[in-house]
Amino acid sequence: MPEYKGVLICGELFDGSLASITLELLGIGRKLADDLGQDLSIVFIGSEIGDVAKQVIPYGADKVYLIDNPLFKDYQTDSHTRALHSLCKQVMPEIVLLGHTSVGRDLAPSLAYTLDTGVTLDCISLCIDQDTKLMRQIKPVYGGKALATYVCEKTRPQIATVRARLMPAPERGDTGKGKVIPFESGLDASMLRVRVLGKIREEVVGIKLEDARVVVCGGRGIGSTEGFSLLKELAKLLGGAVGATRPACDAGWVSTYCQIGLTGKIIAPDVYIGIALSGASQHQTGMSASKNIIAINKDPEAEIFKIAHYGVVGDYKKVLPPFVEKCKEFISSEP
Amino acid sequence: MNMIVCVKQIMDPEIPASVFKIDPEAKRAILPNNMKLVVSDYDKNAVEAALKLKEIHGGKITIVSLGSQSAIEAIRECIAMGADEGILLSDPLFDESNLYCTASALAQAIKKIGDFDLIFCGREEGDWDGGQVGSGIANFLSIPVATVVGKVQLKNGKVEVERVVADGCEIIELPIPALLTISSEIGTPRYPTVRRIMAARSKQLITWNAQDINIDPSTSRIKMLELFLAPKKEARCEFVEGETLEEAGTKLALKLGQAKLI
Repeated sequence: MPEYKGVLICGELFDGSLASITLELLGIGRKLADDLGQDLSIVFIGSEIGDVAKQVIPYGADKVYLIDNPLFKDYQTDSHTRALHSLCKQVMPEIVLLGHTSVGRDLAPSLAYTLDTGVTLDCISLCIDQDTKLMRQIKPVYGGKALATYVCEKTRPQIATVRARLMPAPERGDTGKGKVIPFESGLDASMLRVRVLGKIREEVVGIKLEDARVVVCGGRGIGSTEGFSLLKELAKLLGGAVGATRPACDAGWVSTYCQIGLTGKIIAPDVYIGIALSGASQHQTGMSASKNIIAINKDPEAEIFKIAHYGVVGDYKKVLPPFVEKCKEFISSEP
Repeated sequence: MNMIVCVKQIMDPEIPASVFKIDPEAKRAILPNNMKLVVSDYDKNAVEAALKLKEIHGGKITIVSLGSQSAIEAIRECIAMGADEGILLSDPLFDESNLYCTASALAQAIKKIGDFDLIFCGREEGDWDGGQVGSGIANFLSIPVATVVGKVQLKNGKVEVERVVADGCEIIELPIPALLTISSEIGTPRYPTVRRIMAARSKQLITWNAQDINIDPSTSRIKMLELFLAPKKEARCEFVEGETLEEAGTKLALKLGQAKLI
């Protein structure tokens, strides 16, 4: 096997700043690179992204590759896969890490199959095996009910996407001595098969779900769009955001962007209030890191009570209105 | 419009954690007695996506599934929903947890079918949650892919899709043929009618083994070393009660206030 070396992170920007997952990856990647005694690099693919190098070097990247071209203004599977593919062919990283984000979950498998190597998505733990020097990749399977450990034995690079919010971002260092390396992808517009026609951004009313200190989450048992209006009122009152399980989103009672869980958002608020939801493992995947879990459900056997700190067994339609009233009193009595 | 939908038969993912068991030696979940196998959720959404296009533009839908003989039932269910043909890829040497081989086998089968405009997969399978088979097939077939698609339209000989992302959606245009992985935003999968269920039962299905599609089932890129139950997070829940549920609600708010959580 030709010599593959180093850990390469595929960085993401959010409104021009480093995405939090990218900072988390720098911490995870640093540890892997140190255990291998190799370098940590990061690549950004985008348009007019020259500034990002300054932002990222203090977090410990040895090299920053910039693939900067108007062609990469929007994320697009084809263009980004090809750019990253060219970089991997030249740099020959041992490991490539991406965030398990809308970009990463699309780009990672595409990249892996074009490089004819293996990929594991949604990893929650990565470490270097002391004997084999392979990256052990642990990911939830069966909707989070089990965990599996995988390795990519024979092909390189070893590619994984990493779930958000597994660990805090590393401290910003005072000095960084990372090198900035512009990289030419050799791609031109005529080579792209797919076109991005536009992007519709969801209107966020109030606080963003991922940033909310309090999340009021509803499930299948809410039963209707009207049911969710009380949850929205409570969320607003507590300065939080509304979340939902997949069945509630699929039923159309609430926007799909409220979905929390395996195929939705991962949250870790201070206070999570789960209402009329059973707490299926697929949902728990998205919220089990919440610091305080409160549950209201008719069924005393519901899984959610097993991870809750406070619970009320009963119909939310009866429990919730007086709960909201009392919360109002509390909040208005605060100085 | 020739459409192919790849589906997988899995253990019902809604099985409660309390009865979920695994065989660590075989690295598989153990199917409890009386637990039925189902078509993986997002794969049903993929069938629904194809059916929606068929309603408008006509065409043929072929279901392809890699699995054991029991997967015939999954294929029949999709035919009962409205698909036309079904092909089972079954071979004792196939390992459905080997996602690379699964993608490669499905791609080989699709090549053998030959004529296709759109291929649909679910965004990820409900057992291994791998999320890579669709992208893999697209790469093996050298066709473009859009993942996590919530809406599909045909426009001027191309396909326009909405890809659901964390903060909205992207509108993407792909040439045909293309592969789409479908998310639940596409809409609830339709229920089969009794008449169609009856018709699906007598439908002749094709079965191909590894040799028929010229594939080496041992090819893999990732090896599973171990499978174990997720550590249970348990908290001791303090149940708040009252004379009435209304009172319980009020008391819950008081508790949370005292604990400075609100």
